[in-house]
Amino acid sequence: MCTVCGCGEGETQIEGHEHSHEHGHHHHHGDADHDYGKGAAHAHAPGLSQSRMVQIEEGILSKNNEYAAANRRWFSEHGVLALNLVSSPGSGKTTLLTRSINDLKSELRLSVIEGDQQTANDAERIRETGVKALQINTGKGCHLDGHMVGHALETLKPEDDSILFIENVGNLVCPAAFDLGEAHKVAILSVTEGEDKPIKYPDMFHAADLMLLNKIDLLPYLQFDVEKCIEYARRVNPKIKVMQVSATSGEGMDNWYQWLRATKQLSMIGV
Amino acid sequence: MHEMSLNEGVLQVLQDHAKSQGFERVKTVWLEIGELSGVEIEAMRFGFDVVMKGSLADGAKLEIIRVPGQAWCMPCEKSVQVTQLFEACPDCGSYQLQVTGGDQMQIKELEVE
Repeated sequence: MCTVCGCGEGETQIEGHEHSHEHGHHHHHGDADHDYGKGAAHAHAPGLSQSRMVQIEEGILSKNNEYAAANRRWFSEHGVLALNLVSSPGSGKTTLLTRSINDLKSELRLSVIEGDQQTANDAERIRETGVKALQINTGKGCHLDGHMVGHALETLKPEDDSILFIENVGNLVCPAAFDLGEAHKVAILSVTEGEDKPIKYPDMFHAADLMLLNKIDLLPYLQFDVEKCIEYARRVNPKIKVMQVSATSGEGMDNWYQWLRATKQLSMIGV
Repeated sequence: MHEMSLNEGVLQVLQDHAKSQGFERVKTVWLEIGELSGVEIEAMRFGFDVVMKGSLADGAKLEIIRVPGQAWCMPCEKSVQVTQLFEACPDCGSYQLQVTGGDQMQIKELEVE
């Protein structure tokens, strides 16, 4: 791990992002050996240890949170509403996004960051709509983090006064912990999944402000208890808003668009 | 699975403090992990040894302090203890709970030399 900018030496790849490190990965420990004894067993005076205690009181995610805070500042300076879309794989996130983009691109400025472990398929699907999109491949990583998104912004350059959708890696666990600087997390759950997902994966539904219950056009063919599902989501997060949508039939999508317009307006006055 | 990244976060904080507080080795790390933080302790321990290998904390001992989950029950208007985010109030059975503690992931203290 590079300690200067925090870049891992992992497999993360951001389209169009050439990452050259001018700073070397040297660890300079001084030329001379300062012999103060090598810890308790080798201390020169009996009973005297070289060990000492250091109080830290720092969050494990403090580095990520610094990157996220920088992203958030950038979003607010440029009037960008950033939304972090989270779900399990196969919930229909990309379909929901492409439909939303096609329906809204004439009235709103939009761009997309796509997070997947491998392939640029999703970014290509988004680019077919004519909207700017950038793919981040996390390699073996299971979530996007604030640092990856910060670098992605340098390349993608979302327009001022726009909405940025960040489609996180399909995973209902890990992305919950990592702030990207977004205004809201939006959880997408499809009715082809179990209605108890909100309590099986509580962290994500606890962290989200809005849940889109997707694929409701399939309800007649499924045994999915919508009321029960919403009740479970509210157990985990009494404040979560819920909308029922179908990205295929278009049902309920107008509510989502109204939410986007209203949230965009609110972000302009810093709410 | 994100416990690996969390450990990388721990290592970054250690490296920063090694510079600012002038130490070269870390022997023990005390982490405070809330019961509602979504962290799997066993995965955290496994990841810790792997991530610290070859670093200033190679072979360091990991001590974990568990902090119980706390929530404010709105109907009862008092603080109650919970172990899961979806739990009901142990007194009134309501789910109108606001998490107030036990969701932290903190590095508390280090033994260094």
